[in-house]
Amino acid sequence: MSEVRERKDYTNGPLCLSGRGVTRIFGHGEKANVAVDHVDFDFHEGEFVSIVGESGSGKTTLSKMLLGLLPISEGEILFQGKVRDISTRAKKAEYWKGIQAIFQDPFASYNIFHKIDSVLLDCINMRGGKNLPYEKKVEMMTEACSFVNLKFAELTNKYPFELSGGQMQRLMIARIFLLKPKILLADEPTSMVDACSRATILDMLLNLRDEIGMTIIFITHDIGLAYYISDTVYIMEHGKFVEYGKADEVILNPKAPYTKRLISDVPKIHEEWDLSTVELTDDY
Amino acid sequence: MKQILRNIFHSPRFVVGFVIFCIVLLLSFYPMVSIFTPMEIVGSGFHAPGTYVNIKSTIQSRSEELKYVGAAGLSNQFTAEELGKMQEWLVKYGGIDQAVVDEAAENDNAFLELWLSTYSDDVQYKATQAYKREMQKYNKQILRITATDSLEIGEGDSTITVKSNQFVNVKNISNRVTLPLGTDNFGADVLTKLTSAIGVSLKMGVMAGAIATAIGLTIGLLAGFLGGWVDNTLTFFTNLFTVIPSFVILVLIANSISQAGRSPAMVSLIIGITAWPWTARSVRSQVISLRNRDHVNLSKLSGHSTARIIVQDVLPYILSYVIMALILQIGSGILGEAQLSMLGLGPSTTTTATLGLMMNWANTFSAAQNGQWWAFVPVVLAITLISYSMNLMNTGLDQVFNPQLRD
Repeated sequence: MSEVRERKDYTNGPLCLSGRGVTRIFGHGEKANVAVDHVDFDFHEGEFVSIVGESGSGKTTLSKMLLGLLPISEGEILFQGKVRDISTRAKKAEYWKGIQAIFQDPFASYNIFHKIDSVLLDCINMRGGKNLPYEKKVEMMTEACSFVNLKFAELTNKYPFELSGGQMQRLMIARIFLLKPKILLADEPTSMVDACSRATILDMLLNLRDEIGMTIIFITHDIGLAYYISDTVYIMEHGKFVEYGKADEVILNPKAPYTKRLISDVPKIHEEWDLSTVELTDDY
Repeated sequence: MKQILRNIFHSPRFVVGFVIFCIVLLLSFYPMVSIFTPMEIVGSGFHAPGTYVNIKSTIQSRSEELKYVGAAGLSNQFTAEELGKMQEWLVKYGGIDQAVVDEAAENDNAFLELWLSTYSDDVQYKATQAYKREMQKYNKQILRITATDSLEIGEGDSTITVKSNQFVNVKNISNRVTLPLGTDNFGADVLTKLTSAIGVSLKMGVMAGAIATAIGLTIGLLAGFLGGWVDNTLTFFTNLFTVIPSFVILVLIANSISQAGRSPAMVSLIIGITAWPWTARSVRSQVISLRNRDHVNLSKLSGHSTARIIVQDVLPYILSYVIMALILQIGSGILGEAQLSMLGLGPSTTTTATLGLMMNWANTFSAAQNGQWWAFVPVVLAITLISYSMNLMNTGLDQVFNPQLRD
């Protein structure tokens, strides 16, 4: 992470995913719990968006709705300018070619009864490579693994529990590399791995973005990390976006009290935001 | 897989349960080597455990075969005075003509035949006790020589003749039968019947358990994974079946089926379709905790169908639990059959025995009141051992699969 990455401005590209009044209510009547409350957002192609908030602020609910794993109570989501239609299984499968996810817990992301190969083979099949010769598939899997600094020959025929957490999470990125979706939703992908692996994983995500122009929606509770990595930041509190904008604007000049509190919660923070310290101090 | 099996067989409870179960299972193969078929009538009515000889081919009956008297004749066994007293009795109390008695006295065989057909210890006559005793003594002596002189033992070529001063080795009696557990009210060998009943009951238990687990698993998986109205509907029916005691439903269904229709397969089907609710409930709750796991979401994102996700991403995770439930269901299936049969609603068949039916018969023929323990104690023991071994295996598996219970 030592080299300084050149920052292109992705925030004015064509719209990729937008939401209008997206709401999710759990339960009925008096017990109704509004997890996500009429949120609007516009994510652009190639943009690195962070959604920051505390536990229980509705981040994960929103991400599940974006992924189409959870129905929306109200509002609509627009995918590439058109209202998203995932009413049938075929349409869902088509939608999932465009949006994929990396989850928080790498240990829970794998089916422990299946070998690692099956995860990558599924991706090749999904991209229409079902009838490719096996050698070609191996070549593709090897390429994907080497992108994340893994050796396919060492992983093949192994079960997930034989891998470390960092290896598992990198394999998830290899999966994304094979699928090449338009949007990647990363739900706290670094919170369960050590600081060293975290840097590697973030670096890989940025490489992916540069390589295939993918939009990355990064969900985190770590505002320091969000500042370091993203173009745009959305601050979420109690199911609402209290503040959003370019990362520099939001974090250097926070307006909402909640944002100010989040920033003050980051340990060892100086009045003058010092970029060089972010990497060193966000170990927790 | 190898590791899991090793863990399972390191659990002492499971091993004990497994060994007991294997012994019971081995017993169920006994009818293959038994000389009787399970329902064959060996004797008439209850016989206590023991070794028996069959009268037909071992001892020719006394009344038909009176060629016993040895070379010296009766005069060798009795004094003239004693013979005279016996002749006197025949005339005085037996009501036989003096002439007939005199004639018979000429021939030993004829005299004995006359004596045996006339005298009995039970005959009532007025005489002193001492006189009666004396007559009883003579009679006993006659019985002894008639019964022991030259018995024909065995069949065909293996027949041997046994003199009065000889013993017979039990091994030489070709047609003796050992009934380790006696016979039941039908006169069938209890051991053969019991072991065949164990086999039938185990099959019924496995069938009932498999049906109950299959229904419960399907309903639990669908309700838990699909959620929404499917869950509401299925949970409604599950609760309905849970609230109504399943035994009542069991009795009602069993009663509504005609006597002839109640084969073992039908009874296990009835038990199976009333025993599923708790499997369904527990599978459902396990699936609910699984359906929001990341690997399931990832499988959805990979475009897999719901059926594939249920079978490949959910089922393997609850399989150990399902196997444990299956073992318990098999045990309760066997108990269910016994309960139904005790009420007279069990399989009605004269060609097969089940553990419950054996209990029912023992009860109907008052075996307990008459102390004929061999007709029901082994059956109770078999049922107890089967369900005990099932429970042991279940808790053993629980220890292996549930880390919280590990020592």
